[in-house]
Amino acid sequence: MQTREEELKGLGADFTFGFIQVMDGEKDPRNLLVAFRIVHDLISRDYSLGPFVEELFEVTSCYFPIDFTPPPNDPHGIQREDLILSLRAVLASTPRFAEFLLPLLIEKVDSEILSAKLDSLQTLNACCAGYGQKELKDFLPSLWSSIRREVFQTASERVEAEGLAALHSLTACLSRSVLRADAEDLLDSFLSNILQDCRHHLCEPDMKLVWPSAKLLQAAAGASARAYDHITSNVLPLLLEQFHKHSQSNQRRTILEMILGFLKLQQKWSYEDKDQRPLSGFKDQLCSLVFMALTDPSTQLQLVGIRTLTVLGAQPDLLSSGDLELAVGHLYRLSFLEEDSQSCRVAALEASGTLATLYPVAFSSYLVPKLAEELHIGESDLTRGDGPTKCSRHLCCMQALSAVSTHPSIVKETLPLLLQHLWQVNKGNMVAQSSEVIAVCQSLQQVAEKCQQDLESCWYFHQTAIPCLLALAVQASMPEKEPSVLRKVLLEDDVLAAMVSVIGTATTHLSPELAAQSVACIVPLFLDGNVSFLPENSFPSRFQPFQDGPSGQRRLVALLMAFVCSLPRNVEIPQLNQLMRELLELSCCQSCPFSSTAAAKCFAGLLNKHPAGQQLDEFLQLAGDKMEAGLGSGPYRSQAFTLLLWVTKALVLRYHPLSSCLTARLMGLLSDPELGPAAADGFSLLMSDCTDVLTRAGHAEVRIMFRQRFFTDNVPTLVQGFHAAPQDVKPNYLKGLSHVLNRLPKPVLLPELPTLLSLLLEALSCPDSVVQLSTLSCLQPLLLEAPQVMSLHVDTLVTKFLNLSSSPSMAVRIAALQCMHALTRLPTPVLLPYKPQVIRALAKPLDDKKRLVRKEAVSARGEWFLLGSPGS
Amino acid sequence: MMGGGGVGGGLLENANPLIYERSGERPVTAGEEDEQVPDSIDAREIFDLIRSINDPEHPLTLEELNVVEQVRVQVSDPESTVAVAFTPTIPHCSMATLIGLSIKVKLLRSLPQRFKMDVHITPGTHASEHAVNKQLADKERVAAALENTHLLEVVNQCLSARS
Repeated sequence: MQTREEELKGLGADFTFGFIQVMDGEKDPRNLLVAFRIVHDLISRDYSLGPFVEELFEVTSCYFPIDFTPPPNDPHGIQREDLILSLRAVLASTPRFAEFLLPLLIEKVDSEILSAKLDSLQTLNACCAGYGQKELKDFLPSLWSSIRREVFQTASERVEAEGLAALHSLTACLSRSVLRADAEDLLDSFLSNILQDCRHHLCEPDMKLVWPSAKLLQAAAGASARAYDHITSNVLPLLLEQFHKHSQSNQRRTILEMILGFLKLQQKWSYEDKDQRPLSGFKDQLCSLVFMALTDPSTQLQLVGIRTLTVLGAQPDLLSSGDLELAVGHLYRLSFLEEDSQSCRVAALEASGTLATLYPVAFSSYLVPKLAEELHIGESDLTRGDGPTKCSRHLCCMQALSAVSTHPSIVKETLPLLLQHLWQVNKGNMVAQSSEVIAVCQSLQQVAEKCQQDLESCWYFHQTAIPCLLALAVQASMPEKEPSVLRKVLLEDDVLAAMVSVIGTATTHLSPELAAQSVACIVPLFLDGNVSFLPENSFPSRFQPFQDGPSGQRRLVALLMAFVCSLPRNVEIPQLNQLMRELLELSCCQSCPFSSTAAAKCFAGLLNKHPAGQQLDEFLQLAGDKMEAGLGSGPYRSQAFTLLLWVTKALVLRYHPLSSCLTARLMGLLSDPELGPAAADGFSLLMSDCTDVLTRAGHAEVRIMFRQRFFTDNVPTLVQGFHAAPQDVKPNYLKGLSHVLNRLPKPVLLPELPTLLSLLLEALSCPDSVVQLSTLSCLQPLLLEAPQVMSLHVDTLVTKFLNLSSSPSMAVRIAALQCMHALTRLPTPVLLPYKPQVIRALAKPLDDKKRLVRKEAVSARGEWFLLGSPGS
Repeated sequence: MMGGGGVGGGLLENANPLIYERSGERPVTAGEEDEQVPDSIDAREIFDLIRSINDPEHPLTLEELNVVEQVRVQVSDPESTVAVAFTPTIPHCSMATLIGLSIKVKLLRSLPQRFKMDVHITPGTHASEHAVNKQLADKERVAAALENTHLLEVVNQCLSARS
């Protein structure tokens, strides 16, 4: 057919007839696939079918619906789905089949068999792409009643979804056709039918059929602008009226949720003319309804109200400025809701963020001033005793400020407010708690995230916030005659960590030119104590974090780390050589673990990004010497170990050749009596993603397959080490191994399983609960994904899991029971011999003293009861 | 013998029942996460066991149909007793026995053996309340019912997690 199309077409309908005779009675799925393709070609390439349309339909449609299960170990690999799709392509290929196909589809939808229903609805859906009103006309009432029945009564969500999809395409198909002037518009009568059957159910918001009816109407309304107008002009007034008729909150919620569904569909069509939009006429009613919902005591209703408000706001030019002022007022109130309606508060904040991008003026004139005022109340008025309430109001305020910072013009108002608040805290005008400072930083962080997309705001944020934060921190680190508690808050670990993430977020998206400007100020600040770019920079003494200054100053290296480790890779760092040496020195300084770790991380972060070459080798050489000297023996072993860990990580991530050497060093430490446990935990650090340095977002060089590679390179050695190690350090190896396996993508782990499984099973007997937990959490997904492999070990698994289900650690008991549950995925015949024993054993954890354990026991035991039992 | 009832096919007895909201997952408290503090078995815990049981004829749970409610669960952990009252959606519901049996089986499978359980119809909500209660209270009849493959199949379907 591919090469001789002309000649075959010359045979006319005789060729088609001949083919029909050949195909008739075919049974082999391989031939059927070819035959279906030929029929499809006959139709799509316009061969003459002559009088044989019905015969051609009969010879193919007799296979519908496909019911074929490939035999096990089928060498041809033909799936049921292949046959279904190719037959569907044939049946749906031409409107000429419509008069035969549609009755067949209706008959099959009405059958009892689930797969036949699904296949028929999907085929109907496919047909609608090529059909017009003419083909559908006679069958519309039956099609509608079948679809309606399926959606109203089905027990299967898939049938419901397919029914709705079919209705959607039917309506779309009817809307598409061009009409002759005198013809009856089938769309209108079809939609009227739907409305008639569904309308009255919408008035019973407590009854089961309310949602199926709403979904049917929405499926039809979503098909075209005409269908949408027709349906909403009927349904919206009805629903608005029903909302007022029903007074209970849960009924109102159902009604409002339906309204929301219809409003969302509107976004699919764009209307040229404002007055044509079907919603304009209902705007006032909808607004007042939403505001009623927002003031209702029921949280659920409020939530739907907030969502509806967002959707209304997204309609261009719908809301007037008066509506907006009211809406903003409600959102302001909702932003200060109490603890028990958190979900509502979060939703209100999110809605504010979305709406603020659309109506920045409304938010900066109505909302931001109110929030600013609220924030000031607490700042000036210290004496009032209501500390906790004030704090939580401040918190809400700051969260609201960061939530609305979605538009550049709003950021210019909110950022100064937040920074000013931070200054106030530092000036000691109010009782400073680290939680308050952290809250400000979290808000700043959120603002920074929102600024990342917009280059201009990003630079504005960076330029405004970072000098301010650095100035505050430097100020706090200055030696004082009388140490004040207030200022030291800024130097606490958590507070610095919060600042680190603000600085990191504000730096990652800078353009290289702007970043270069910034780095030229910040590096000299730390190396030379050049404070000239900081605001309010008259400090009592010099800032020398790398010299023997006050220890507080050294802690600020964490802020330097946040900045330099987030820079784009092509930004050149001034005085790099000196910086690296200073960092290395500080990383092995014993006075303060926080600053030495920060220095090690910063060193590693820079190392990771540095281009290969002589300078990198020099740095590595220096680091290697420093570590070896430290690890040998002496006062700074643990600092040297931390440095080793971070440098290893930096190199593992970028596949540096030296990484294997360092990893081997780390593995050697597993049998070290002092550092062994720390080395085992170090594997967790190597395999996990950091948040502050060595991140992809911070432009670090992170190869995507580094975990797999680490696994392949090192696990055999780990296993060997485990077997060779003396008994008392074996747990360290198991722990290290568990960490590696835990973080590995499961598909990579599966092929390795047979070799590792015996080790994992041994790890289950390890007394260390961390190892047990990590092994269980490793085995649980494997039970789900590789039941065949696991079923070889069912005896051991059952025994060990049951043993661990009475472990003293609650987390282990829970994990063991989850594994018992996952065991039920193994082939039933393998499990049945254990069923009575397991059911008896699981009766014990049913009476565990912890509820969370009982819950897992109940679900595991329930599943074991169902094994091999009828109806499961 | 217990009445099975025709499941699947045919007309539903109550095609458009009232439906109720599902309560959310029980929030985990700090006490529940503390290894040392024992958590006693309370009414909510029992309710959580039975609320997700599927109705034999609707794709809805007993909670959504308001057949079971937390207020109708009485439990005493120290005395090891549980009493559950359930309310059929209509007074002539032929599924009442089956629903009761499903609740009973769920509790038998999920509670420690020390518990003595009583499952009965909320007084005054079913035409043959007394007969159903008697069937459910009779251990031997419950055991015999579960020997019946067809009945066990329906009960297991009610107790299976929704796909």
